[in-house]
Amino acid sequence: MQIYLPIAELPVNVLLILFMGLAVGFISGMFGIGGGFLMTPLLIFVGITPAVAVASVASHVAASSFSGAISYWRRRALDPALAMMLLVAALIGTTAGVMLFTLLRRLGQLDLTIAVSYLLLLGIVGTMMVVESVRAILRARQGRPSEIRRPGSHIWIHGLPLKMRFKVSKIYVSVIPIWVIGFVIGFLGAVMGIGGGFMLVPALIYLIRVPTGVVIGTSMVLTLVTMAYATIIHAATNHLVDALLALLLMIGGVIGAQFGARTGQRFSGEQLRLFLGILVLSVGLRFAYDLVVQPTDVYTIRATEESQ
Amino acid sequence: MSARGRLIALSAAAMIAAPPVAAERLISTLSTSRVLIASNFTGAEVVLFGSVERDAQTVARRGGYDVVVTVTGPRETVVTFRKQRVAGVWVNAESRTFVKAPSYLTVLANRTINDIADLNTLRRTQTGLARTLLPQEIAGDIADSIRDDPFRQAFLRLKIDQRLYGEQQNGVTFLTPALFRATIPIPDNAPTGAYEIDVKLFADGALLARTQTAMEVVKVGFEQFVASAAREHGLLYGLATALMALLTGWFASVVFRKD
Repeated sequence: MQIYLPIAELPVNVLLILFMGLAVGFISGMFGIGGGFLMTPLLIFVGITPAVAVASVASHVAASSFSGAISYWRRRALDPALAMMLLVAALIGTTAGVMLFTLLRRLGQLDLTIAVSYLLLLGIVGTMMVVESVRAILRARQGRPSEIRRPGSHIWIHGLPLKMRFKVSKIYVSVIPIWVIGFVIGFLGAVMGIGGGFMLVPALIYLIRVPTGVVIGTSMVLTLVTMAYATIIHAATNHLVDALLALLLMIGGVIGAQFGARTGQRFSGEQLRLFLGILVLSVGLRFAYDLVVQPTDVYTIRATEESQ
Repeated sequence: MSARGRLIALSAAAMIAAPPVAAERLISTLSTSRVLIASNFTGAEVVLFGSVERDAQTVARRGGYDVVVTVTGPRETVVTFRKQRVAGVWVNAESRTFVKAPSYLTVLANRTINDIADLNTLRRTQTGLARTLLPQEIAGDIADSIRDDPFRQAFLRLKIDQRLYGEQQNGVTFLTPALFRATIPIPDNAPTGAYEIDVKLFADGALLARTQTAMEVVKVGFEQFVASAAREHGLLYGLATALMALLTGWFASVVFRKD
């Protein structure tokens, strides 16, 4: 069953797109992430231009994180004050990201930037997650208790000024690292078409020491707002958001996310982090392969401006 | 030079300067002048019918007629990039800009184009995919690219791969010696806009007549609504899409609510 996408300007198989939404939604529900880092490459693979893919995935991620955020909100498993602080910086980051996106598109280096940033980011984050979770699993096998959070273990981040108390998270921390994290996530999200949940969650846990109970809910609020905002400004500046594509992805995504969340509960945190780490790493390696191996065709063409 | 000789020279000059001698006339019509892109669009075909009208004095051509149909889509400026290995990574290094290149180009003929006329005539009349003008912008100047320029060749090859450019040496069928038919393929990724159709009539290696017609490829209904909303009311369109995302997310959380 084919349907013509009005902005991407090509017909796609409806069932294929719905299935992709389901599959990525399943993974996003399982790990509590948006899944943009999987969806954008998949769309590029089916023939949708990177620019349209990045812009359209934003709204798909917004939909799946909104349904996630609602369920976390019902359980009061998110920190509104922390989310607000992250948001302020994330929205500035998103605006800067869309501006860079527009500039790179004009220069013809958008594809390369997307590929290199995917490679670097996914490679580093994926490796870190795999190493960390394997260690945790090994520790658990040997019967040693997992490292507990000691209140006295301060790192340099805790010495920064502008401290603020976050009641839900029960932490007293400087807002500077929170702003930096928020900005980076918003920026990368707009440039790469990812919600950044897979980076935000570890960053909040390890750097800010946010309790694991509220971290996913808080991250989902952030993802939701930045991605909804990215959708709006991508639509306003680049006119590349394909609403029909987005809708198909969303429908598959939100359904998949529900099943993913149920499946995810059967695994331990370490196992989930290992799976996610491997997933992140393999997507990164896929980009590395394309960059390093000689392409079958060294030429590419791209229309810059349309004129009648 | 005798008066008679001068007259012949004059009329010869007039023949070269004037448009092709109008002994034959070309008449053509399309099966449709509007290709509509709706949600179920997966490509289309437009059939061109043409007829060669001969005035009473003209005798039939011994070699028969040859017809070349050139369909040109809306023009766009296209950058062709060439990847190069820089520090172990393949990046877009060099690029050439083709100014106002056809976004779509199909050439249909009734036989091998190189047999229809000599190279000079073909080049002068821009007949055939390889002889299409593809102006390149080089350091602010615009000039036609050389035929064996690697960027030009890559551009043509990629456009052919995308099914947007093509040449069919048997794309024109003569139903009678004077009546012909050509099927213009419109691929599913065809750009929207105005398409020019140029029909050339050759006989014995010379261009006899030429006629132009046009059609348009347009989005209709929902497709047209979405596309124009995205282009003209970007902010509103973005807000609507974001709202749609929120509604979908909310709807899912209600439907799948466990308690």
